[in-house]
Amino acid sequence: MRRILAVIRKETHQILRDPLSLGILLGVPTMMLLLYGYALNWDVRDVRTALVDRDRTEESRALARAMTGSGYFRFVATPASDAEIEAIFDRNQARLAIVIPAGFARDLAAGRTASVQAILDGADANTATTILNYVNALVADYNGRLVVRASARTGAALPGIGVATRVWFNPELRSTYFLLPGLIAFIMMITAVVSTSLSVVREKERGTLEQLRITPMSTTELLVGKTIPYLVVSLVALTIVLVTARVLFGLRIQGSIVQLYLVTFLFLVGALAFGLLISSLVSRQQDAFQIAGLTSMLPTVLLSGFIFPIRSMPLPLQILSHIVPARYLMRILRGIILKGTPVTAYPWDVAALFVYAALMLTLASTRLARRKA
Amino acid sequence: MFRAQVRHVFLKEVAQLTRNKEAIRIFLIAPFMQMLAFGYAATTDIKDIPFLLVDQDKTAESRTLIQRFTGSGFFRLAGVEDSPTAVDQWLVRGKADLAVVIPAGYARDLVAGNRPQVQVLADGTDSNSSMRGMAYAAQIVGQEAAARLALQAGPAPPAIGQIRIEPRVWYNPDLKSRWFMVPAVMAMVIMIVLMTLGSMAVVRERELGTMEQLIVTPLEPRALMIGKLAPYAVLGMIEVLITTSVAVGWFRVPLRGPFLELFATAFLFVLVVLALGLLVSTIARTQQQAMMASMFFIMTPMIYLSGFLFPIENMPPLIQAVTYLLPLRYFAEIVRGMFLRGATLATLWPNALALAVFAVVLTALAARRFRKTLD
Repeated sequence: MRRILAVIRKETHQILRDPLSLGILLGVPTMMLLLYGYALNWDVRDVRTALVDRDRTEESRALARAMTGSGYFRFVATPASDAEIEAIFDRNQARLAIVIPAGFARDLAAGRTASVQAILDGADANTATTILNYVNALVADYNGRLVVRASARTGAALPGIGVATRVWFNPELRSTYFLLPGLIAFIMMITAVVSTSLSVVREKERGTLEQLRITPMSTTELLVGKTIPYLVVSLVALTIVLVTARVLFGLRIQGSIVQLYLVTFLFLVGALAFGLLISSLVSRQQDAFQIAGLTSMLPTVLLSGFIFPIRSMPLPLQILSHIVPARYLMRILRGIILKGTPVTAYPWDVAALFVYAALMLTLASTRLARRKA
Repeated sequence: MFRAQVRHVFLKEVAQLTRNKEAIRIFLIAPFMQMLAFGYAATTDIKDIPFLLVDQDKTAESRTLIQRFTGSGFFRLAGVEDSPTAVDQWLVRGKADLAVVIPAGYARDLVAGNRPQVQVLADGTDSNSSMRGMAYAAQIVGQEAAARLALQAGPAPPAIGQIRIEPRVWYNPDLKSRWFMVPAVMAMVIMIVLMTLGSMAVVRERELGTMEQLIVTPLEPRALMIGKLAPYAVLGMIEVLITTSVAVGWFRVPLRGPFLELFATAFLFVLVVLALGLLVSTIARTQQQAMMASMFFIMTPMIYLSGFLFPIENMPPLIQAVTYLLPLRYFAEIVRGMFLRGATLATLWPNALALAVFAVVLTALAARRFRKTLD
């Protein structure tokens, strides 16, 4: 116990002596949250649209009005030809062009189907898909209204179906709320792995590991002593991040804060041990950093469901995503923070975090023990 | 004389670089892995949204509507409940993202022309997915209504004009998010590898104490700098070739623009990143500082704010202004334009010019700092 305390004291001294690194460990999470909390969103509002009205009738104008009235579209240009539309897309002035053909009103009056072209800049596939969805949903609704109007005019009973939508938990559909819990998990993973991955290899590079080796300290003592200071730093960072998210983005934690800390603690133990494992495997800080970046940052961005939906991935990647610990933490955090779901609703995710922590601790201590021999 | 100095430093760096097999492997394999991982995982396509069905009508009419939902490919039936009160638990526990409630009397109202209301309840947590889900649901219901209208029995149904949307998607007709992601991943991969190398260039020698040995040699600072960075520039251009081949050969992303212009602008970008790395390297005192600074202050902001994952136009004006300071923004636009739109420097020259300006300014800054480090 005294030896563990000694290592903790030594490691804490080292952290405190390097205010720049400590500042990075505590300040960067807040900065990331600030920057990304404000900057990252998929909310497609106010789609800049080019309108080509070749019909110029009351009916075509009514459709255009329905589009602007929806709040999703804003007309910014009235090009005369396809070439002009292309120029507008190239200059990034509009993402969508609506072409209402001549004869639109005539077709509608005759009971025929009138085609309206929606030309999209498909380069950004995600935004384009969202926009196309808006257009389709708007026209589906508009068609329903045409039926209602015809029904009122003729007095005939015409079939129609209405749709009433209601959104729970995030009624304004702000993607920021979806991204914030993920961002917290991401920040925890990165800072935890990077900070410990450098801690052993630095001693190796400077030759101080040999000094530690000739002390009568056991591997477990070294492991625990090296992890605890960073665990504290990470939990402080978590608190700063949660407070910032509350103050700046109004992110209220709907569920239990105690559960949130416990789950994050469990996750951090695994992540910190993983950092130590990396540290014990390589001999240079540069390599440690590269490997830590590659094995923690990329999978967490890509395979955890932080940004990209896991169920849309090819099956092998869906299976692979199970070895990314942030996946489990993110799911639980989203539940606790956004929906107030108790952690008991996620027994498998908690179990996975347990397995991860146990596995990483075992691997790291065996590796460190071998180095001692 | 100058040339000979550059050559000596160049050879020393190459020797150092190739001696470390571990590092070489990382630098050659990492781009492959990153390209493959991003190419397959970075999809924003949304399908198989799990939905809960509450059918209170249980008629042939309600079942046809349900079939439209399950057959659409957008939705996957996660469960069936009898009462809407159960929806709460399904959404809170995350077992379904969406609930479709067909009210009792649906078939009766439909036939009578009373416009029954189908309820769609969405878990808004994942806003992107729920927004799409609701739009798909509205379209599916619209299709069903149109089909009912066409089926309308009776001798002479009144003619109702309807509007049909004909989507025409340019540059990426199938709306594959992969085509959008892969070219930008190229730019990102090049940045990550070179930034790591460049930021280590000076600080490593300083930490290991070999910097003093270099200082006592009669090497000109400029020769030292060029000789040190040239191998990395070569490595960077190899990465450009590797990543382009993966994008075109493996992911079949069409390269519609001129390859030479892409290659030339990539060279500018490589210079910018190396200069930036060198600058970090001269400022940082330890390797750890250099790595953390380049990862947190340069690479992550560039990745998230360059428009690579999230559209810049959605960002608040202040942050949009910040993105103009990010070289990756300009290069990502060039790469995407040249790949998908078949654009050339004729339209993309402002971006290339911005990169050139960055290259000149950053190299000058780095050179000045570098000379100071040596003195």
